Order: sequence, then C-alpha cells, then structure tokens
Amino acid sequence: MTQIRLTTPLTDEDVEKLRIGQQVLVNGVIYTGRDAAHKRMVDLIKAGKVNELPFDPKGQIIYYVGPSPTKPGRVVGSCGPTTSYRMDPYAPELYKLGLKASIGKGKRSPEVIEAMKKYKGVYLAAIGGAAALIAKCIKSAKVIAYPDLGAEAVHEFVVEDFPMVVVNDTLGGDLYQEGIKIYAVK
Amino acid sequence: MCQEANFLLGEDVMEAFKKGCETEVSNTGKEILQILIKNAEIAREEQVPMCQDCGYAVVFLELGQDVHIEGGDLYEAITEGVRKGYTDGYLRKSIVGHPLERKNTGDNTPPVIHTKIVPGENLKITLAPKGGGSENMSQIKMMKPADGVEGVKNFVIEVAKNAGPNPCPPVILGVGIGGTMEKAALIAKEALLREIGSVNEDPEMAKLEAELLEKINNLGIGPQGLGGRTFCLAVHIKTYAAHIASLPVAVNINCHAARHKEVVL
Ligand code: SF4
Repeated sequence: MTQIRLTTPLTDEDVEKLRIGQQVLVNGVIYTGRDAAHKRMVDLIKAGKVNELPFDPKGQIIYYVGPSPTKPGRVVGSCGPTTSYRMDPYAPELYKLGLKASIGKGKRSPEVIEAMKKYKGVYLAAIGGAAALIAKCIKSAKVIAYPDLGAEAVHEFVVEDFPMVVVNDTLGGDLYQEGIKIYAVK
Repeated sequence: MCQEANFLLGEDVMEAFKKGCETEVSNTGKEILQILIKNAEIAREEQVPMCQDCGYAVVFLELGQDVHIEGGDLYEAITEGVRKGYTDGYLRKSIVGHPLERKNTGDNTPPVIHTKIVPGENLKITLAPKGGGSENMSQIKMMKPADGVEGVKNFVIEVAKNAGPNPCPPVILGVGIGGTMEKAALIAKEALLREIGSVNEDPEMAKLEAELLEKINNLGIGPQGLGGRTFCLAVHIKTYAAHIASLPVAVNINCHAARHKEVVL
C-alpha cells in the first residue's frame, strides 16, 4: 500500500489531498496533549489569551498521548494513542486556530468532524497499544508546558516516519463508518 | 510481577495475532496485526511496556484455607508490591485517589483485589493490569429472563458494535451471565483470564462463544476499527446461578494488551 509522507508544519493543501484509508508517515515536530492540557489550552483561548498557549496551533499536529515514564538512556517511554473522544469538547477550538491534524484512536463526534471540514483539518489514527513500537519513531522529546500534569504535560516530539491511517478527511469522510461497510458480512 | 506483566505479552495472544494475520481479509488489518506482533517483540526484548497505559493493577488472590500468613497484612504487602513494581519499572501511574477529585496517587496504588478462599495450602496470585480504554467500553445490563439467549446475544453484539475502534481492537470479550449485578461483572472479568483458544467446559456455552465470535467479527469492524474481520480474538463466557426474576449480563472488554501474570506460593 502506498504511504504518504507528511512533514510538519502542514498547509491546507497538504491535508486537503488526504483521503480516508490512506496510510501516512508523519515527520517533524508534533505536540502532545490529553484531557487536562486541553482544558487549560481551551480555557486560555476562551479568555482571549491565545498568545499564552504552549504552542501556536497553526499548521501543527497534536497527538493525544500520555507516555509511560522514560527509562534512563531512552528518548521517551512507551507512547501509543489514547481514546480521542475525551478531547472532542476541546478539539474544534484548536482546529479553528489552524490546527491541521490530531492523532489518537477511536471515533470523533459530529462536531469535531464538522470542524475539520470547515477549517480544513484531518484526524489520523495511530495504532492503539503499539506503544513500544511508536516510541521508536520518536527521535527527541521534551516537556514544553504544564509539567505539573506529569504524563499529561504538553511535550514536543520530533518524529520520524510515525505510521498512521487517515480516519477523517476534509470532506467529512469517516473510515470508521466506511471500513465497516466494506467488510461487514451481510 | 507488575513489570513482567507489562513487558511480556502472553503466547496465546501472540498466536491469536498470527492466526489473525493469515485470516484477515483487509490489507490494512493484516498490517496492523503485524505491527502489534512487532510491538510485543520490542517490549519483550527491550523490557519496556507494550502499552503506555500500564493499567489498573487488578489482583486475583486464591488463598488456600490452610495457609496462615505471618508477618503483616497481606493486602498491604500487595499494595507495596504494586507501588514498587510500577515505580521501579518505569510503568505509567494511571490511578487517581478519588473518582471526582481526580488527583493522581503517584504510584499506581491502590490495586483492586479480589480474594477467593479455596481448599489447600497454596496462595495463587494473578495480576491482570487493566487498560482504561477497553474497560470504558465495557457494559452491564440487567436483562429479563424472557430475553433469553437471543437477548444475551444481541446485547453482546451491541456492546461490541458500540465499542468499535475505542478499546484498541483486536479485543477479547469476557461475558458474565447470571448471578447478581456484581457477580456478573466479576465473572466477566474472570473469564478474561482464560487462555485464548481454550474451549469452554460447558458445550452449550462453547457453541455460544463460537457463534458470537463469528457474528461479531462479521460486523466488519476489524483491527483498530479500520475495517476487517479480526475485531475479536475470543469470546469467553462464564455463568452463575441466577435469581428467578433476573438475567444479569456483563461484557468486559480487554484490549489486545491482554496482560496477566500468575504465581503460586
Ligand atoms: S485499551 Fe489497551 S491497548 Fe489500548 S491504550 Fe488502553 S491499555 Fe493500551
């Protein structure tokens, strides 16, 4: 199967080309965040303090993950995706500010799918539970905000050929619905 | 024990992945299963957790009635073991002390401990770290006796459908039928401990397991919910006597990171 290489930061054109079911390899800088970090970021946005965000979401990718602790001598602990629906209440605000992609596992809400259509963003699924393997794609890692949140702090990762699949594209397509239709036995 | 459970994936799960690679009809699905095999190999060789969610430490104790424990509190000792295992092993601490206040306890304690008194003079400890993603998609329903086996089947299939990609499929389903509400949930979790590929002792339940497995995989959800026929590696059913008025059914979902480790003392 053909794999598409993406390098951050991403443009509208980069993500508009993507279609559900395609495999992509992500390269470059990505940011992490889970529920607690999202709540803080969206609170800042709502308070009009966009310049205080840990990073400018424009053209960027956010990865929903809470890594396990780093063993000495390693770049990062195991770090597979967490279930994305918990970030659904916050995601549209970030897409609105130019976020181009989020990475997680599991279904997104209609509101998030709509926001991706409107603001030209995609949702990519990393392989849930393949955390030891994914850690190998991460070449450097540092905490850039909210260290008090522990595993939930915002990290900046530099990744190389991090594999994932396009689940929602800018046309509103949803692989979780379409995939089942293809393989269901009627 | 905590570390081993998190680093080493059971052979039965590996076998099931390999079988899935052969039978899976979706190419993406096949590739995912291969990646999961590779992931388990990396975890084993490099002694790192196969999944970043190192789970809630669920402990099953089978305490022989002739055993006398000296030198302290057994539950304290287990808690201390979990604390040490998760801290020294660089495992993720995923427990908050209060469900509403939500402050992390910092050492993955307390564990959830289920104790059974059995004949004999052994103490068997089974540790089954349980991931949140798959636990969250589990469900229990107090059905009517009139719903019968058809009702049970529909409910189990519904739970699988509803879970979709969220519990990191391929999954294992533990189904507890009967008892009271908490008993159904407990036997559903116990059912997850059974080896994949083993056959239910009750021939009727073995048939039901096979039928459910086929029907659920035919939904087309596939590995990671991206489409395919390997959503579920096994359905394990456990039953218990029920009240004349009740038919409780619990479905506990375990992800492919189906970790458990057993010792007998
Ligand atoms: S559901 Fe299982 S495999 Fe998925 S993230 Fe949680 S523990 Fe890991």
